[in-house]
Amino acid sequence: MSALERIKAAKAKFEEKVAKTLQKMPERKPAFVNTSGIPVERVYTPLDLEDFDYMEKLGFPGDFPYTRGVQPTAYRGRFWTMRQYAGFGSAQETNERYHYLLNAGQTGLSVAFDLPTQIGYDSDHELARGEVGKVGVAIDSLWDMETLFKGIPLDKVSTSMTINSPAAILMAMYLVLAEKQNISYDKLRGTIQNDILKEYSSRGTYIFPPRPSMKIITDIFEYCSKEVPQWNTISISGYHIREAGATAVQEVAFTLANGFAYVDAAINAGLPVDSFGPRLSFFFNSHQDFLEEVAKFRAARRLWAKTMKERFGAKDPRTLMLRFHTQTAGCTLTAQQPLNNIIRVAFQAMSAVLGGTQSLHTNSMDEALALPSEQAVQVALRTQQLIAYETGVADTVDPLAGSYYIEKLTDEIEARAQAYIDTIEKMGGPVVAIEKGYIQKEIQESAYRYQKEIESNERIIVGLNKFQVQEEKPKELLKVDPSVRDQQVERLKQLKSQRDAAAVSQALAGVKEAAQTGANLMPPILSAVRAMATLGEICDTLRDVFGEYEAAPFV
Amino acid sequence: MPERKIRVLAAKPGLDGHDRGIKVICAALRDAGMEVIYTGLRQTPEQIVSAAIQEDVDVIAMSCLSGAHDYLFPRVTELLKEKGVQDILVLGGGIIPEEDIPTLKASGIAEIFTPGATTNQIIDFIRNNIRRN
Repeated sequence: MSALERIKAAKAKFEEKVAKTLQKMPERKPAFVNTSGIPVERVYTPLDLEDFDYMEKLGFPGDFPYTRGVQPTAYRGRFWTMRQYAGFGSAQETNERYHYLLNAGQTGLSVAFDLPTQIGYDSDHELARGEVGKVGVAIDSLWDMETLFKGIPLDKVSTSMTINSPAAILMAMYLVLAEKQNISYDKLRGTIQNDILKEYSSRGTYIFPPRPSMKIITDIFEYCSKEVPQWNTISISGYHIREAGATAVQEVAFTLANGFAYVDAAINAGLPVDSFGPRLSFFFNSHQDFLEEVAKFRAARRLWAKTMKERFGAKDPRTLMLRFHTQTAGCTLTAQQPLNNIIRVAFQAMSAVLGGTQSLHTNSMDEALALPSEQAVQVALRTQQLIAYETGVADTVDPLAGSYYIEKLTDEIEARAQAYIDTIEKMGGPVVAIEKGYIQKEIQESAYRYQKEIESNERIIVGLNKFQVQEEKPKELLKVDPSVRDQQVERLKQLKSQRDAAAVSQALAGVKEAAQTGANLMPPILSAVRAMATLGEICDTLRDVFGEYEAAPFV
Repeated sequence: MPERKIRVLAAKPGLDGHDRGIKVICAALRDAGMEVIYTGLRQTPEQIVSAAIQEDVDVIAMSCLSGAHDYLFPRVTELLKEKGVQDILVLGGGIIPEEDIPTLKASGIAEIFTPGATTNQIIDFIRNNIRRN
């Protein structure tokens, strides 16, 4: 009898035993299903992986298809980058938080901009009322950027900037700041999010319609591949898709579909895939279902590598490697018994590490209540340090590989995500799928189902719909000083009275001309930033040419 | 004559893009038999008030997770007062610190729903507090 036949025979006996047990004591639920709707079996065995080919499915860490990670030694060489997303109020306050984080052992910066900055309005714009400095730092001009990075040499940190529609402008500000610090562009390391497609479907900070937006993105790819070679020019983000309600499978599918759309756009713009491919990076969510998440990261890596090789003909291994940042799932945090969030975050962070993340943000326990306080941020950062230094999980590469369940689930997530990607491709790609509301509706349906599961107690959230306690609402939450807007408005006035107005007009005319002719936008935007044009002025110039995106509300 | 359905304007004031919550609420209110008009993102208080009047709604349900509720929510109730509208029930929701709630209620927001609130609580609140018959 072969090994598999012996297992089959043993499994039949096991099933008999299970049947008897079930008669005495039924299981907790009639069926077990994960958040993606994938059935979870009672037990997994080699029978679930009958045709499993190790070399084809996994290979070695650092080898195609990179299921086991993009780097041969992984965390044995260096831990992931511990990078807490931070920014609030004025550039000066945020600069203080950055120094605090760097002193606490954080290894990379991650800039949160306020909504006016993300949507291309200066702080004195009417629509910025109530929003200045709230969800991030307010940046109107190079002046603010200089304050933001005061005392931080740009060749010593890697900086991630969550900026999408105006990414080219913030990138230009960072580059000009480097010039002022006498640091050459090739020493700069970091990432701009620069992922507009998920803004239309899930996050909402779009400015321009899809076509010009894609053009700006490919301009950045082209410029940075030549001038800023160590910079990640995009962070293709599933995080917000998941936060908006998507399942793990949908997160992988919609994110990778967007990724392929950027690759297509760049190839159509005449860029060879291996010229920009190595600098594409990703950003995923790490959610509640511990093992599903580990499998998700592994599935995403394999699916990306295979598609880049087979569909786009990429040859450079770096183009095939899906490198990603992870953030724990903000939407899983509860306002009830907020201390429990520390535990949630720890499990989610562990998933990301077992999934082989390159960098990680751990959420703070008070995020369902307000912006994180300094103490909450410290616990969140310590959670990562604890996983790294104390648990031992970082000492061997991809330790869950070979688990029958993990491998089966990795296959299943990959196959289901591929099916979604095929559907989107048939519709004409993500832009069309978004315009038709397909992606939004898929996400909304998942979000509504999830909420109904919670409200019917089918899904238990500890402290929320079970094990509740009477509690006081916590105090000492961080509050943004409302005078930030007045300060910013004052700074804008000062700036406008001091700068060379003719030089600003001329530089903005250069931006306009490039937008009209289709020339690469980066050089004229750099000139405008050097001339001290504001973010709002540059965006308005582009709005004049490109128009603005009008979202149809699909509900 | 069939009973008039409760009409709700679901709105996202300001620049905040977090619309998971409001969309879930839209779906739940519809399932509860209400008529829901969703504004989409980036609405000014002026746009919300004029849509509410034009659509003749009974309820305005606003969601804001960016922290701008302290300016935007009271601005909506202020504009309603300026227009002499008194019979629209105004609700707010989002990441709203406890200490901000009294001020918001004093400005005319009938109730604030924070994380953990269920759709049924919101539905019940609307049914029990609606100002029009």
